[in-house]
Amino acid sequence: MVKILKKERLAENISRIIVAAPHIAKAAKPGQFIVIIPTENAERIPLTIADKDLEKGTISIIFQIVGATTKLLDSIPAGGEIAHLLGPLGVPSHIEKFGTVVVIGGGVGIAEIYPVVKGLKEAGNKVVTIIGARCKEMLVYQEELRIASSELKVTTDNGACGRKGFVSDELKDMIATGEKIDLVIAVGPVPMMRVCCDVTKPHGIKTMVSLNPIMLDATGMCGVCRVSVGGQTKFACVEGPEFDGHQVDFADLVARLKPYKDVEKKAFDHVCRLLK
Amino acid sequence: MAEKKIRQHMQNRSAQERIKDFKEVPLGFTPEQAIAEAKRCIQCKKPLCVSGCPVEIDIPGFIKFVAQGDFESAVQKIKETNALPAVCGRVCPQEDQCEKQCILGIKGEAVAIGNLERFVADYERSKIKDQSSKQTPSSKSKDQKIAVIGSGPAGLTCAGDLARKGYQVTVFESLHVTGGVLTYGIPEFRLPKAIVNLEVEYIKSLGVEVKVDMLIGNVYTIKELLKDYQAVFIGSGAGLPKFMKVPGENLDGVYSANEYLFRINMMKAWNFPANLTPIKIGKRVAVVGGGNVAMDAARVSLRLGAEEVYIIYRRTEKEMPARLEEVHRAHEEGIIFKTLILPVKYHANADGWVEFAECLQMELGEPDSSGRCRPVPVAGSEFRVSVDTVVVAIGNSPNPLVPQRTPDLKVEKWGGVIVNEQGLASIPGVYAGGDIVRGAATVISAMGDGKVAAKAIDQQLSA
Repeated sequence: MVKILKKERLAENISRIIVAAPHIAKAAKPGQFIVIIPTENAERIPLTIADKDLEKGTISIIFQIVGATTKLLDSIPAGGEIAHLLGPLGVPSHIEKFGTVVVIGGGVGIAEIYPVVKGLKEAGNKVVTIIGARCKEMLVYQEELRIASSELKVTTDNGACGRKGFVSDELKDMIATGEKIDLVIAVGPVPMMRVCCDVTKPHGIKTMVSLNPIMLDATGMCGVCRVSVGGQTKFACVEGPEFDGHQVDFADLVARLKPYKDVEKKAFDHVCRLLK
Repeated sequence: MAEKKIRQHMQNRSAQERIKDFKEVPLGFTPEQAIAEAKRCIQCKKPLCVSGCPVEIDIPGFIKFVAQGDFESAVQKIKETNALPAVCGRVCPQEDQCEKQCILGIKGEAVAIGNLERFVADYERSKIKDQSSKQTPSSKSKDQKIAVIGSGPAGLTCAGDLARKGYQVTVFESLHVTGGVLTYGIPEFRLPKAIVNLEVEYIKSLGVEVKVDMLIGNVYTIKELLKDYQAVFIGSGAGLPKFMKVPGENLDGVYSANEYLFRINMMKAWNFPANLTPIKIGKRVAVVGGGNVAMDAARVSLRLGAEEVYIIYRRTEKEMPARLEEVHRAHEEGIIFKTLILPVKYHANADGWVEFAECLQMELGEPDSSGRCRPVPVAGSEFRVSVDTVVVAIGNSPNPLVPQRTPDLKVEKWGGVIVNEQGLASIPGVYAGGDIVRGAATVISAMGDGKVAAKAIDQQLSA
């Protein structure tokens, strides 16, 4: 059992929990994730490690309530316990001095880029962070990212905060200024990552994306997280989650994310009944 | 001269009955049957059966106790060398090991060693049901600490042996439940999970500490472990599932056997939505492969409501690596064997779900390096097999995680950790065994490896 020390609602349907996990805090590196099982009968779901505190031995996890298991997770209050927590998982982000790096976060991906932005800045890069969300309320971690980045650009679909438009619009404009970009990292919903890759590809700007396929054991055993990268099958849990976005077969990823969509409602309803 | 006695057979539940549930197929020997079978053993002075056992159980020794009706002493005799008799009595391929060597097998039928082992283990289990094991930790405890990675058959055996010698053993398990392949891989009807749990409890009763949700390599590296532990045993097991690398293998509805069985055995997807992990099993399920895992996946499908289940295999039944007993039971239950067939492409319906497998008819050619006849495609033989679900059960590579995070650890090209006869890997103090060394092998060979390594670790630390 793992104790939730703090819990807060960051936006509608987005929560942050801080949990006691000294061994994970000690070992975690930017770009890595954990698998969480909120209660014994729940699914194993992968979530990115949003932040860690070595001294306190804690990690922060930010999640959007999208289905049965995240709903269950959200029902556990501060002081409560989650059944299982495994991590850190995956290959850490490759951090070195590249020069100018654009880090893009969309939706709940905004929180996920925070450790990467911090790491890249500490390594001496100029880090331009672009974040975008549907509405102002979904723009979590704005202040943290503003402090951690060299420059922060904000977009919302409705223009309520920052520029009206998409993160890819900011990216396009930045490329148009002619500023040399050495690396782009995009984390967020699949369509957003795909568009960012389409934008950078003609300019030959290397673009890494953090993929979010379905996972089960997440330790290199079941193979459900297989993605097609450069025509080869890769296992996101042990070879990813970051891959060269220009090599990723996004259509394959989208198709592999949907097989249980139709039964998710049944699970969600079941959990709602349980929580009543 | 004594009258020649025939081999006793366990009673099996009927196929019609058993495909409706996940309970075990054989009912086990009755005490009378066990004694009668034990009396068939001629107690060879130089027992060949023992040489066929990877963990060197004193087979005539335990059988002698069974013949006397002293089942308690029989199980203690087995446990001198094998901590998991209820598991081995069920999943060991005895026909290729101890029973293959049995002298009675030359002219008639070998002694049913496996069934006897199962009987005495179950006897003991029925006696200790409500009390925790009476085993006490070794009195001569040592202060040296050993880390064991993985709580599957290799890790549990190594941990048990070292604990009995008095070492302080910690087992690190990456999953949330112990048992490794015994839990996530082998279905309930072949190995009840209550048995696995009991065996793990037994190992714990020897003083072994078991930590779940601990992924070694990521949480601690081997190098870090070696600062706190005097030796490390890697039993991290099988890993990435193999695929045939044919078009359409990433379609929805195409599972690896690992994923399929993990969802069912470990996550209890059959109980959805009370258990939240889903699985989708169509009306027609095709399992590709001919090993025990393929048989498990096929028989599980049937129990979860599939109407037709196929085993698709590129050679003939004779070449199948699965145990004869499992093939036989699959037949009995109505699994349809489509042999000499090779899937070459999977096609999807409009929703992206697999709809049919494009297959080739094969014929057997010259023997290949494995000694089995090489299957060759028959020209122009393309045909379709309609399916809703495909399970690819053609094996695993060793789990890549620990080697990936341990640069000094030497591995074979195919990923297996390289060890010497004592199980020692390329880093001093680091041992390995089971599927992480062998690729996909048997439970008992993994246990044998755990045993060999435990002995070597003891020798290293006592020197």
